[in-house]
Amino acid sequence: MKILVIEDELQLLSNIKESLEKEKFLVETATDYNAAIDKVFIYDYDCILLDIMLPNGNGLNILAELKKTQKSNNVIIISAKDSLDDKLKGLELGADDYLTKPFHLAELNARVKAVLRRQKLNGKDIIEISNLSLNLKERSLKVQDNIVTLNRKEFDILNYFMLNKNRLVTKSGLAEHVWGDNSDNSDNFDFVYYQIKNLRKKLVLANAEVEIESIYGIGYKLVSL
Amino acid sequence: MKLLNQSLKYLSISILAIITIWCIVFYVNMLNEIKSSVDEGLENHKRLIIQNIQKDSIIETNEDFDENFFTIQEIKDYKAISVKDQYLDTILFMQDADDDELEPEPVRMLITAFELNGKYYELKVANSMVEEDDLIEELLSDAIWLYISMIISILFINNLVLKKLWKPFYDFLNKLKIYRLGDTETLPQVETETKEFIDLQEAVNILLLHTTETYEQQKEFIGNASHELQTPLAITINKLELLIEKGRLETDQAEDISEVLQIIERLVKLNKSLLLLTKIENKQFLDNDTLCLNEIVYKITSDLDDISQFKEITISLNDKKDLVYKMDPSLARVMISNLLRNAVFHNIPNGNVSVEITKSFIKISNTGDCIELDKDLIFTRFYKPNSNSKGTGLGLAMVKAIADLYNFDLTYKFENKLHTFLIKIPNL
Repeated sequence: MKILVIEDELQLLSNIKESLEKEKFLVETATDYNAAIDKVFIYDYDCILLDIMLPNGNGLNILAELKKTQKSNNVIIISAKDSLDDKLKGLELGADDYLTKPFHLAELNARVKAVLRRQKLNGKDIIEISNLSLNLKERSLKVQDNIVTLNRKEFDILNYFMLNKNRLVTKSGLAEHVWGDNSDNSDNFDFVYYQIKNLRKKLVLANAEVEIESIYGIGYKLVSL
Repeated sequence: MKLLNQSLKYLSISILAIITIWCIVFYVNMLNEIKSSVDEGLENHKRLIIQNIQKDSIIETNEDFDENFFTIQEIKDYKAISVKDQYLDTILFMQDADDDELEPEPVRMLITAFELNGKYYELKVANSMVEEDDLIEELLSDAIWLYISMIISILFINNLVLKKLWKPFYDFLNKLKIYRLGDTETLPQVETETKEFIDLQEAVNILLLHTTETYEQQKEFIGNASHELQTPLAITINKLELLIEKGRLETDQAEDISEVLQIIERLVKLNKSLLLLTKIENKQFLDNDTLCLNEIVYKITSDLDDISQFKEITISLNDKKDLVYKMDPSLARVMISNLLRNAVFHNIPNGNVSVEITKSFIKISNTGDCIELDKDLIFTRFYKPNSNSKGTGLGLAMVKAIADLYNFDLTYKFENKLHTFLIKIPNL
């Protein structure tokens, strides 16, 4: 899987690159408009992360160029602007998703994987880790061929963890992803903990060969046993 | 007190004083003039009497004032020598046409003496005088009428002239009253040729321009600053996440890093809220749609289901009528969600939240600490009644900004131990 990251902020670029490489993706980078234009038309990428504000050019123009060659549907726009206008323009130009800075790496990871999944026309909507098999279409979980019933949110949590296997998932990132909670109440961390506790119980009962580890009070990590 | 009435107040007092003084002076002068004119008449009368007597050489002593209005009495010579012409005011009993009997009337009297055939006589000549109290009465009533008519004409002229003169000022004042910083596009103008008003307009406009500029700069600054913070925050968060993931850390180091990460996440939320608030205040959301707010309330309560169950809080909905309004969908969500989340988070175990929706209002009330919050401060930015609260203190400020944007009437009340927020939606 080849991913192009177009981002002028070098430190952010290296963070994204490091994170994506952990997922065993092949990552290429471009830091300005011209380099980006060169790369997108010479090579094919499975996914392109595109910052809209670039030196010597607007990222949306790159997107427009990509649209002409039907290549814009694997683009995730990354922008510091949470502007509806840009979002709409980007999605109109065929971008798959729009991510606002700052973001959690786990969130980026989940979004990239979603794009990649949609890219593969016959892509199976199933994520498998150890003896777990999560069916995204039917929204069901099987552990060693036994169906484990999860409620809606538990499914979303597990899905997020499985997209981020061995990666840090922060509590606030999880709350934001699953409950759409971008409010400023951070005292709901207890609540996240409570939800994780329930999910862990179900996984243990089903003899799942994965574990949700706590990470220093900041978040969790799903690991294979 | 209106300017018009103020000037009337001072004018009426000063005119009253002027008229009073004038009346006194006028009265005294008038009386003197009358006396001197009567005295001349008496003098003339005296001469005529004496001439007649000397011509006829007959003396008819006359002790009472009769129709001729004089008396003649014989007196001793030593007395006569000391007599000089003397005018005095005195009283005589007389009967007028309108009197039933004799009445005392003021008269002016001349007392003099003359000599005829070696005998001395005293002559008293009288003439009726104006009655002073009648004069005063007449003068007073005239003065009062003069005063009243002057006040009425001043009132009338003042009203007419001052209103005309001050009209540009009041027009300008009305324009200033509806002027809103950042909202009103044109500066208020005054239509007049009065120099003072033109000066006033210039001074006000310079002030307004300066204020608007500062206001715009400040708004822009908050927006830009929050915006520019996004990238460094993104870098920091991601770097710390990667650092923790590396895992080659001592536990206490990792815990410190986790704490830093949590603080930065708070910073991110604060920053996002500030950005959103700036955008609301800059009216960057005007993507208005006709919405059924009931549906939004249902959606948000179902999103909050998990958390409210966890916190053992019951949310009850009393959905009386559909509340339909044309507004930005994301702002409607932020407004209702902030209120509902507050109601759930600032609650007590086994507490409840009740939502009532009618055609014209949404009322959200919740149990909580039995302490009334400060009505004046609750909607201001960064107000936190409880300093341990990890919130940004911007949630209600945002609700207020949205309510203001759409002219909703947002109020807080503490009644029956319930914290109640009411949003009244104006009729379309």
